[in-house]
Amino acid sequence: MNAMRMLVTGATLLLAACDHTTPPQSAASVASVPAPATSAAKPVSHFSPPEESSIPNDDFGKQIALGRQIFVDPGRYAKAYVGNQLSCENCHLDAGRLANAAPLWGAYPMYPAYRSKNHHVNTFAERLQGCFNYSMNGKAPPLGDPVLVALETYAYWMSKGEPIGTSLPGRSYPKLSKPAMAPDYARGEKVFKSDCALCHGDNGQGQQTADRTVFPPLWGPQSFNWGAGMEQITNAAGFIKANMPLGRGNTLTDQDAWDVAYFMNAHERPQDPRFNGSIPATRAAYHDTPDSLYGVAVNGQLLGQGTAK
Amino acid sequence: MKAFHIITLLLGLLGAFAALADTPDGATLAHQGNGHGVAPCLACHGADGGGQAAAGFPRLAGLPQAYLRKQLDDFANGSRTNATMQPIATGLSDAERDAVTAYYSKLPIPSAQSANAPTGDDAQLAQILATRGRWSKGLPACEQCHGPGGVGVGDHFPALAAQSSVYLSNELHAWQQGSRHNDPLQLMQGVASKLSDSDISAISAWYAAQPAVLPKEGQP
Repeated sequence: MNAMRMLVTGATLLLAACDHTTPPQSAASVASVPAPATSAAKPVSHFSPPEESSIPNDDFGKQIALGRQIFVDPGRYAKAYVGNQLSCENCHLDAGRLANAAPLWGAYPMYPAYRSKNHHVNTFAERLQGCFNYSMNGKAPPLGDPVLVALETYAYWMSKGEPIGTSLPGRSYPKLSKPAMAPDYARGEKVFKSDCALCHGDNGQGQQTADRTVFPPLWGPQSFNWGAGMEQITNAAGFIKANMPLGRGNTLTDQDAWDVAYFMNAHERPQDPRFNGSIPATRAAYHDTPDSLYGVAVNGQLLGQGTAK
Repeated sequence: MKAFHIITLLLGLLGAFAALADTPDGATLAHQGNGHGVAPCLACHGADGGGQAAAGFPRLAGLPQAYLRKQLDDFANGSRTNATMQPIATGLSDAERDAVTAYYSKLPIPSAQSANAPTGDDAQLAQILATRGRWSKGLPACEQCHGPGGVGVGDHFPALAAQSSVYLSNELHAWQQGSRHNDPLQLMQGVASKLSDSDISAISAWYAAQPAVLPKEGQP
């Protein structure tokens, strides 16, 4: 065995030494690199949530801290209610603190609120239930569940000093003005390939390391379902424009953001939990807007069929 | 029957030799160079691919092959500038680049060289930059792309954990000054422009001292 290995190694060396066939590559093609884009931050002042170091060290503070833990890692701290590989923090950046990334301090003071989504007044806790039902494609923790208590406590703490019932700048995602050209799949695909696939994968599947999601899946069985707010193209376009690629927000054009939002939401994802047996009827009941591609045929594929888990 | 087996064996061996003739051997390249001008990698990157931390020669062992391959290509075509690596990368054939990067990507990660982890305020600063970033300045956390513990993600986001602190610091400064600019989507140039010198010093020392593999997490 040893002799064999020596023979093989010797032969390899010999062959390697004889390999003069490939000329060295020339250093001719130097890629031109544009200057780093400066951040196009707008001079709007936003509400500043309290520093995390100010979380009190008492029983109330424990609930705030638990809420934050759930928020950044729901798959671990609220496992029973999570049905995909997403985390709250994927869409609410910086643990729910970042303006224009649907911060908790933007949402909290706006509840209770009447929502056309379900035609009644929703408390903040009920709004959180919706996140689990749709964005997390899981099931809603019952009202009073420790998960909801901790999350609500975290949001309350973050909103300290804010006016109640006032929509603050930086709330939700920016509303982009209507694009010059109607959002388009083919243009969106080009944007996706050049600016998104590096992290989110060629098929939008995201990337994981050691069973932890690093880059969230954008469609398919591990992403948000057809009932989630991010399914609406305006929400997705606003989020993408302000925040993507991560750390380089506001570098895509509005048109690119619209196109790639359309592309993302023209893919299949888990069924809307409110599915009533028929795609057209479910569209009529919950998605009757140009903002949703549920029940629409794109490239010959009828969307809204759902995905097998 | 017996004769048939022997013939099969001989044919198999022949096949193996033929394959070797076409395919450069990564280990040989790493240990002995390519025999026509390219020095062995181990001279700088260590016999085990662990690098030489103090000199700023990076660990290659266990890094993604696609990442290593892109760096060699970038050294060769000048989109990543390095006086030592440029002639080496240029002197490697396409197949040799494939072989040597495959070799290093599969090497086990050597147990960490004794890196001095930062303490006190530096440790706290580093941990915040690594896990939370500084979003008030638009700075994502390192682990949002390089993965939990900085162990690396996929083909494009190499490990930071158990990497030479001098190397990490050199590269962050190079991104910052624009002398390194081969990052996809300019992600690292954007990040580095938001770091101060003390940020760079703290985060580099911190990651150098992190374990290369994530410790198993218990359930809460």
